[in-house]
Parts: sequence; C-alpha cells; structure tokens
Amino acid sequence: MNYPKDLLEYLYRMMLRIRVCEESFVEHILNREVKTPCHLYSGEEAVAVGLCAALSKEDYIFGNHRSHGHFLAKGGSMKEMVAEIYCRAAGCSRGRGGSMHLIDTDVGMMGAAPIVAGTISLALGAALASVIRGDGRVAVSFFGDGATGEGVLYESLNFAALKNLPLIFACENNLYATHMPIKECRVDQPISKIAEPYGIEIYSEDGNDVMQVYEASREAVETCRAGEGPVFMEFKTYRYRGHVGPDDNIQGSHTDIRPQDEIALWMEKDPITRFERHVMERQLLDSGRIQHIKEEVTDEVREAQAFARKSPSPRQEDLTKYVFA
Amino acid sequence: MSSHRKLQYSLAINEALRQMMEADRSVILIGQGVKSPWYVGNTAQDLLALFGDKRIIDTPVSENAVTGAAVGAAIAGMKPVVVHPRMDFMFFALDPIMNEAANWYYMNGGRASVPVVFWGIINRRGEQAAQHSQALHGIFAHVPGLKVVMPATAYDAKGLMVAAIQDPNPVVFVDERLLYSIEGPVPEEIYCVEIGKGCVRRVGNDVTIVAISLMVHEAMKAAEILETGGVAAEVIDLRTIKPIDKALILASVRKTGRLVVTDVGWRSFGVSAEIAALVAGEAFNALKAPIYRVALPDCPAPASSVLEEVYYPSAEDIVEAVNRVLKD
Ligand SMILES: Cc1ncc(C[n+]2csc(CCOP(=O)(O)OP(=O)(O)O)c2C)c(N)n1
Ligand SMILES: [Mg+2]
Repeated sequence: MNYPKDLLEYLYRMMLRIRVCEESFVEHILNREVKTPCHLYSGEEAVAVGLCAALSKEDYIFGNHRSHGHFLAKGGSMKEMVAEIYCRAAGCSRGRGGSMHLIDTDVGMMGAAPIVAGTISLALGAALASVIRGDGRVAVSFFGDGATGEGVLYESLNFAALKNLPLIFACENNLYATHMPIKECRVDQPISKIAEPYGIEIYSEDGNDVMQVYEASREAVETCRAGEGPVFMEFKTYRYRGHVGPDDNIQGSHTDIRPQDEIALWMEKDPITRFERHVMERQLLDSGRIQHIKEEVTDEVREAQAFARKSPSPRQEDLTKYVFA
Repeated sequence: MSSHRKLQYSLAINEALRQMMEADRSVILIGQGVKSPWYVGNTAQDLLALFGDKRIIDTPVSENAVTGAAVGAAIAGMKPVVVHPRMDFMFFALDPIMNEAANWYYMNGGRASVPVVFWGIINRRGEQAAQHSQALHGIFAHVPGLKVVMPATAYDAKGLMVAAIQDPNPVVFVDERLLYSIEGPVPEEIYCVEIGKGCVRRVGNDVTIVAISLMVHEAMKAAEILETGGVAAEVIDLRTIKPIDKALILASVRKTGRLVVTDVGWRSFGVSAEIAALVAGEAFNALKAPIYRVALPDCPAPASSVLEEVYYPSAEDIVEAVNRVLKD
C-alpha cells in the first residue's frame, strides 16, 4: 500500500512518543518518585497508534489500567499525562486520578479506569449516544485479554449488536492477566471467536504491526460509520515490562512467570524497530528523518518530565474540590 | 507455651485457612490471585501445594460468577472462602453477596443456610486512587443477612477467620493490607474469636474511643499521647461490625460519658453513624458531650500522596477529637 509520508511519520512518531515516555518512568518508579501504580504499555504501541490513527478527533475512546498509550495515541497532552503520573495539580486529572485515570475529553479520550472490563459498558453508552444524536461518532473500548472473563463484555456485545452500535471492541491480547497466562484463564480458543455468536464483523490482527492494525481499523471504523457495527477486534501483542511497574520480579512480588525466551521472541517482533525497518528498506523515510524524529521525541519527553516534576502537588485544602455529594 | 508464639497478621490468616482446610474437607479457597503473593500477600502461602488445585482455586477475572459459585457451592454443602484481593473488585460480585447469599436463608424460610466467607482486602494509600482504595464494610453491614468482621490484630485475624468459616451463615471478612506485617501472639491451635464480640484494648475513664481495623492502632497511639496530658482514654476494638457489640460500647460510654468513634470508611451513612445513633438512642443520659467521629471525609480516595495525607485520618486527628469532646 502507498501511504503518504505524513502518515508514516505520524505512526512512527506516535509509537516512539509512547515508548520513550513509558521508558522515561522506569528510573523514577524504581526510586519511588513515581508512586502511582504504572502499567507500562511498552511493546504494545502499535495497537493504540494504529487504531487511533483510523479515528477522527471527535470519536470516543475509553481505556483501562494500561492506558498511557491510548491517551497519547488519541492526542492527549504528554505534559498533562506525565504530570498526572506524578499526581500533580497540572495533571490531566488534577492529581486526583494518577496513572490509571487519564482523560482528555477535548480529543475524545473519555477516561480510563482500572476495574477490569469496567469501561466496556461506558463505551457502549457513548456509542449509544452517538446513534441517538446521529452524529456519526465511533466509540472504541480498549480492554485486555483478562477482561474476557467478565460478564459485562458479553452483555455489551449483545446489546451493541442488537442496536447496531458504532462500537469497536478492541481487545489487546498480550497473553497474560497479571500472574495468569491466558491458558489458565480461558478455554484454548481464539479470543476473536467470542464475538461470533453476535453476527458482527471480526478482526484478528498482529498487534505488533502498526500498518496491519491501521488498515484493519480503517475498515472497522467504516463499518461502524455505515451503521453496521459493532466490530470486534483482537490484537495479539505483548508487554515488555511487569504487569505493574518496570519488572515484577525486581519489585518485590516476584510474580513475573513469563519465560525469558518468550520475552526475547517478542522483543524481536518489536513494533517500532519493525516499522523502522519497513520504512527504511522501502525508502519511505530516510535515516536522517528517523534520527530527527528520535531527537524531537526525546526532547519532548524530557520536557514533559521536567515540567511534571517541577509542577506543584494539589493543595491539601483542595482535597474535596471536586466533591459534589 | 503456644500463646507466646508470635505471628504476622497475614500468616495468622494463612494458618487459619490451613488448619480449617485440614480439619474440614468441605472448606475451599477460591478467588483471583490465591496463588500469587502480588494479590494476597503470604495469606495463601503453601496452600496450593498442600491441598491441590481442586480446593485452592485461582480464577479468571470473573468476580460475579466466581462469587456466585462460592455461594452455590455453600448451598450445596461446601464451606467456601472466596477472596477479593481488593474490596473494590467486589462491586462486580454484589449480587451474589447482597441479593442471594444475604437473603437466601430468610427468603427460603430457614430451609437452607449459606456457609460462605466473603473475604475482601482493603488496600489504602499508594497513590492508587478511587477504585483501588475503598473500604466497603459499611455497605455490607447495611444489608440484613451478612455478618461483617474486621480484625485489627494477628490474634483476631486467625480467630475471626476460623469463626467465619465455622459460621453457618455468610460472613464478610474484611482485612487490611497495611496490617499484614504487624505481629502479635497467636496460639498454634484452632480457636475462635466470637463473632459479635468487641474487646477493650485499653482501659480508661475519661473518654471512650470505639475503633475498627487499622484505626484501632491509631486509637492506641492517640491514647498514649492523651495519657501524657493526663487523659485516660478507653479504646474499644469492635472486631465485629455486625452484629455490633452493643453491650460493650454502652457499658464503656456509661462509664466515661464521652465518645469518639473512628472508622476506616467514609463518614456519612456508615459504621460511625450507626454507633453514634446507638449511643444517642440508648445511653443519651450518660453523655456529657456531643459524639465526635474520625473517619474518611465524604470524598473518593485521591491519587496524590499529598492529598492522601489529609484524606486518611491518623492518631493526631483522634487526639484532636478527644480534646474537643473533653472541652464540650
Ligand atoms: C474487577 C477487577 N478485578 C481484578 C482486578 C485486578 N487486575 C488488575 S489488572 C488485571 C488483569 C488485566 O489483564 P488484562 O485485562 O489482560 O490486561 P493487561 O494487564 O494484560 O494489559 C487484574 C485481574 C481489577 N483491576 N479489576
Ligand atoms: Mg493481558
């Protein structure tokens, strides 16, 4: 496929922004400067970036506990996100939410919450609102393989299918739910099959291939906009870091049971280096340009970190500022 | 002497589970993370190896179904303990807990009881914010048909877990992650702490402080601080929220004439309000001052640790409340 250079640069830059930003937290988590539980997205960037690139700014997304990437990919401000992770007043949730509650309604990032499957039905409602108003918006629910254990997913699938709602169920299958490998959580059947009984469009994609994610997502968005939703999408991917924090095994709980060779295998499928290779080999972007983007991204992350770390905490007298009942 | 042995709070729970599972083949442990210290600390250590995966069941993320399964297994003659490594995850399970298990015995005319333990862990602080820090004991205590226990010491953690498992009716066992590392004397044999009975942790004549769970420790610290100012506070550890130990609270307030209640839950419509109403209703004439409450403000848990500092009450807040009660 022939894609405009702009788009390629956009995909590359966005994945890199997420990666570099996530990795910038590692030392600060380990030295306890960052205390809020961070579920890092490193390794899974292609999913959020490919899918959100197929959306318009007005479209809605809802996230979960691992939503730094969703937030950035939908266009949320990196400075506000980093500030929120330091729980500062300048954060997107004013220091009240931390890493697991990221929001920027101006760009359609409608919120994130760490109750597994907790936001699926909220995305369902956003899709319902879109249909009632006839405004053509699409809603996306990002959730993990772990969320396939919760009943609300199936209730939402049925209701969305029944009402042809413009909703994309985006399942990020990274093969683990905390300490449980997927084979201990699910029957040995592809996740995408759970959507079959609802008679809806289904995709099962390589979540480490941003082009593949993007292409499939464009089709899914079109289906939804045509009033033929919902759509179920499974993205196979892998997280590089611990379930929470950089490394579950060096952070006290010693609960990362993932085999080293499995991790190594997935590192070879890294979405960013893969894309880099792809565009360089085909001479779609040259190495000078790539280098330039890398430098810009590094600067942006450094600035966001500096901004966040020097910005003040919420004031204690404002504890109940957003309480209304 | 076994009663001189010290054990961690979390290991006291572990011992209760192990001994009850050894003693009674119908006891099982089911829930998310029972084989992972990330979820349940060392409360479940060795249990999988000892009892196998038929009785120690780690589950998918399916709180509603898994909790319902525990209730159903109880109806079918088992004695399940179902664990929720954070109380916040229990919201998905409120139907089997509050609608089914709590009502089952009554609405079926006493034909079938439900010997299940709903174990939920409070995980305050750590910049985890509103959905990972909640204490829901007040909500459960509101529902007829649920007993609610909240151990503050290692001794009670074991004794109340044993009692909860032995109880023929549903018991909500609420513990607190921040207490897991505290140590205390724990007898080696199986014993019960009677459900419905609080205890006096410190005797005093000037003011009664009724406390639960983590706040018992803050109340004890407060009592020490008060002592230096010549105030003798009586500290009651409620241990069981429901059925509440009316006699103990009333006797103490009749002696001191002053009451401060401290709870790990929110201030409004919760346990502290219930205790205040109880005393106002039944020991009104003994009261020499208004009742004060030291509880969470009516506010979701904030993420920022700077806000957490003012969100979670401490011994100083209890001291302040006592001083106000003494002035009135
Ligand atoms: C209702 C609920 N139950 C349990 C948890 C604890 N928990 C946090 S993340 C997680 C697993 C998530 O796995 P998955 O959905 O695959 O997402 P991943 O972390 O792999 O991205 C669990 C069980 C929770 N947050 N919410
Ligand atoms: Mg997963």
